[in-house]
Amino acid sequence: MKALHDFVTKFEPEHGKSPFLHTTYDAFYTFLFQPPTVTTGGVHVRDGMDLKRLMVQVVLALQVLYIFGTWNIGHQHFTALGQYTGLLEGIHLKLVYGLIQIIPIFVVTHVVGLGIEFLYATKKGHAVEEGFLVSGALIPLIMPPDLPLWILAVAVAFAVVLGKEAFGGTGMNIWNIALLSRVFIFFAYPTTISGDEVWVSGIEKVDAGVYASEAYNFVHHGFDWIFSGLGWATFGVGGNLVVDGWTGATPLGIAAKEGWEGVSAVYDQSSIFWGTIPGSIGESSVPLIILGMFYLMFTRIADYRVIVGGLIGFLVGGFMLNAIAPSVLTDDTPGIFKFMAIHPLRQMIMGSFLFAITFMATDPVSSADTPTGKWIYGFLIAFIGLIIRVLNPAYPEGWMLSILLLNTFAPLIDHYVYQANIKRRAKRTAKMAIERHELITKRGDIEILTPQTANYRDVGSTGVR
Amino acid sequence: MRIFTRSAGPSLLLLAALLLQSQASVGGSNLVFYGIAALALILFFAIVVSVADNFMVIESKSIGIQDEQTAGLFPAFRQIFASRTPDYLKKGHLYTLTKGYDIPMEGKPQDIIRDPKVTRFAITPPDFFGLMPIPKVVVEVGDVVKAGDPVFFDKKMARIKFAAPVSGEVIAVNRGLKRSIAEIVILADKKQVSRTYTLPSAAAPREELVEFLLESGAWPVLRQRPYNVVADPDVIPRDIFVSTFDTSPVGPDLSLTVRGRMDVFQSGVEVLQRLTDGLVYLGLDGRGETDSPFAAVSGAEKRYFRGAHPAGNVGVQIHHIHPCGVGENTVWTLGVEDVLLLGEIFRNGRYDTTRLVALTGGSFSDPCYVRTQTGANIGELLAGEAVAENSRLISGDVLSGTQKTNEGFVNFFDNQLTAIPEGNEAEIFGWLLPLKPRASISPTIPVLSDHIEITTNTHGEKRAFVVNNDYEQVMPMDIYLTQLMKSIIVNDLESMEGLGIYELVPEDVALAEFACVSKQPLQQLLRQGHDTMISQG
Repeated sequence: MKALHDFVTKFEPEHGKSPFLHTTYDAFYTFLFQPPTVTTGGVHVRDGMDLKRLMVQVVLALQVLYIFGTWNIGHQHFTALGQYTGLLEGIHLKLVYGLIQIIPIFVVTHVVGLGIEFLYATKKGHAVEEGFLVSGALIPLIMPPDLPLWILAVAVAFAVVLGKEAFGGTGMNIWNIALLSRVFIFFAYPTTISGDEVWVSGIEKVDAGVYASEAYNFVHHGFDWIFSGLGWATFGVGGNLVVDGWTGATPLGIAAKEGWEGVSAVYDQSSIFWGTIPGSIGESSVPLIILGMFYLMFTRIADYRVIVGGLIGFLVGGFMLNAIAPSVLTDDTPGIFKFMAIHPLRQMIMGSFLFAITFMATDPVSSADTPTGKWIYGFLIAFIGLIIRVLNPAYPEGWMLSILLLNTFAPLIDHYVYQANIKRRAKRTAKMAIERHELITKRGDIEILTPQTANYRDVGSTGVR
Repeated sequence: MRIFTRSAGPSLLLLAALLLQSQASVGGSNLVFYGIAALALILFFAIVVSVADNFMVIESKSIGIQDEQTAGLFPAFRQIFASRTPDYLKKGHLYTLTKGYDIPMEGKPQDIIRDPKVTRFAITPPDFFGLMPIPKVVVEVGDVVKAGDPVFFDKKMARIKFAAPVSGEVIAVNRGLKRSIAEIVILADKKQVSRTYTLPSAAAPREELVEFLLESGAWPVLRQRPYNVVADPDVIPRDIFVSTFDTSPVGPDLSLTVRGRMDVFQSGVEVLQRLTDGLVYLGLDGRGETDSPFAAVSGAEKRYFRGAHPAGNVGVQIHHIHPCGVGENTVWTLGVEDVLLLGEIFRNGRYDTTRLVALTGGSFSDPCYVRTQTGANIGELLAGEAVAENSRLISGDVLSGTQKTNEGFVNFFDNQLTAIPEGNEAEIFGWLLPLKPRASISPTIPVLSDHIEITTNTHGEKRAFVVNNDYEQVMPMDIYLTQLMKSIIVNDLESMEGLGIYELVPEDVALAEFACVSKQPLQQLLRQGHDTMISQG
């Protein structure tokens, strides 16, 4: 290890000569080694936890979602075509198909995001900070699998430059970077992210109401060559028509029009729960998200107050909407009432609430700072997000907007918590003063003599005065 | 037909039998029914066994077995739910602090007291806050002083005299940055001589007592909050606080310090009572099984504190007893050694700074206590000790102590000398795979031992504040530290005041600084905030 360390340090460029190289070297060096710096001034020992480790825990919690998302991209693709409908059937094709979709997204996100991060670090002369570790892992998971890469690149650049670097880098941003990149796409290129077709990868509209799979490209054909050599199933050329009755709509899209009845006609409840439905890459599987949620809560990486507050807010909002909805649903009932009538737990497993509240809302930088504020913040995210989802027909899903909204208001929430703290502390001191007075009265008078008449006599013995 | 006198059992059985027979007609909710039936059955047997057990206890009592604990099969309810607080705490006034963290480091001192021969002692003006940088030194190199003789005073507050800790010859007046006085070194006599005092009478007015203390050289042991400065003689403090236990990492056991000197401590407390028209509070250790020896002190309000570090910090105790502030809420604080110094003057008429200094930390092969005076030379103090190579010497604890060398001197207020290994070694993927044991409040880092060989490695680099509420995790105070630190950085005086800067001194935020994932220098920031507040009046 010592030898490796010596080897690596040999390459250290001078900071003065080439700041960019030095920043880059520094980033990789601190990635490879925990640097041998020791404490100076202040405390002499430091906690083993640093920001790198804090951030990487979130990335670790996301890994299962990556694996599931990769498989699910392929699974949805082939299910739409009526091929390999079994979960493990053609798993090599599904995984390869998923990887071919997800790797470019992942690479583009990181090249653009980290590239900007490195440039800014060089320019400002500080170390490359870890914030993008998490943002970069989250962004691919909240994107539709067929997103054009140039849009992704523009969105990431927008989010990192205007969302983070403009405010001073990691720890200073007021909005969640990953959501900012998504909201950019949402408003700048609405058709790419809110239409029906995009959620299942590789299906194109041939004619009105006719969908077929896109032609597979050379990468698929390369794998086909390997698979055929092994005697496994292959991709083929593509261009297959989708199965009858396939719409590619997400459960939420259906629910907004037809309520739970409409949803259950297309997807059964358990597949919504397990996540084998179309959607953004990483947000569909409830059990895996809950796994990540518990991991982050018990390791105290994500604050449980935001998550629990969010769950409470969601249930309160959900039951409230249930109460407003008419008790008997008929065919004439408007779709919005049918949507409102859906049981909150079913609302919860549809869409991306759990993913958003676990991985997005708990971002320590953009969320509220105070423990009390975090309860309020989590509650309001869920409550407002549910209202956006159900009551606003323009937006199929509400978490992105509600989290960004609450990111904006988090400092306000904190402000009131601090004001309350200031008042509470002043009150407490005043109460203690009364208690002190009582104690002194009970104790009676110890002679504390302060009469000005008392003659001072020199009591010292050295005379230095 | 005796069996029918106990009606509950058979009738329950009968009921169960009837219901079980009719289960076919119950239909879908069979599972619920079986559940209830099973529960009833278990409850029934539990009642039978417990009644039988009670009879057994009665029987055993009647044959003369008195011990109730062993007589029955089960523990009584009150035994299970009895709080585990020791008896002495039930009568006392107890504060249980749930927040905080005891750093699991090795090097806790054993109860061995050694007497190393130390010849050089120093009094260091920078140990006292709130002074001008260059005090007026009234002795010259070559002068002979007695313990307690004034050696310097502050140019602004000329009434406060700072005394020589030992008797002997002044051998050096060392200067530091910008010609400030770094330390005044005294070569101690073999036989210590103290100056003599004419004590003010017990009925003397407060002014006279204050004048005497100023003159005696003992005044600087009184520290004033806010800001932890040397107490202002013109201020009458609201209350005086003394913490009688030390929770800092591998900190000294202060009950050893007062062993055999309790009478001296008592007289010290009596002096304090005359200095305030309020109360003298003693913060007592509520963690042990037995009562703290300081509980015997009379004339002071006693408050027990229970919990991890920083429960023993006087600042935390003040926060819970009665928060301090500016103006009429100004309070004074002292350490146990400081009270002993006052007590020595008033009880034995001599200036005696004798104290136990704990030699602690992983670099000592044999951590123990040494008996010495304040400001002892570190090299001489450690002459007989085995200290590992590549270690850092710290006067004080690892959280708020000062780095020293062998040439340095123990700080005036410190009763602990810590040595821990330097962590100047890179660790491959140290942030991802913490293979070397390290202390952490994060559950993601497994801390398997209570005796970690903790090093001075920073375990990461400085970053912007990322608020993950770790500060709240370790600070048992109702203070939002992150926001306070941010308001210090932006010089927002009003927020600083409201958020509690008056209640904090650097040692109170040291644990938060330890826990900080962003590796922010909180103690330094707080000092900066204090400077701002003082300069703004």
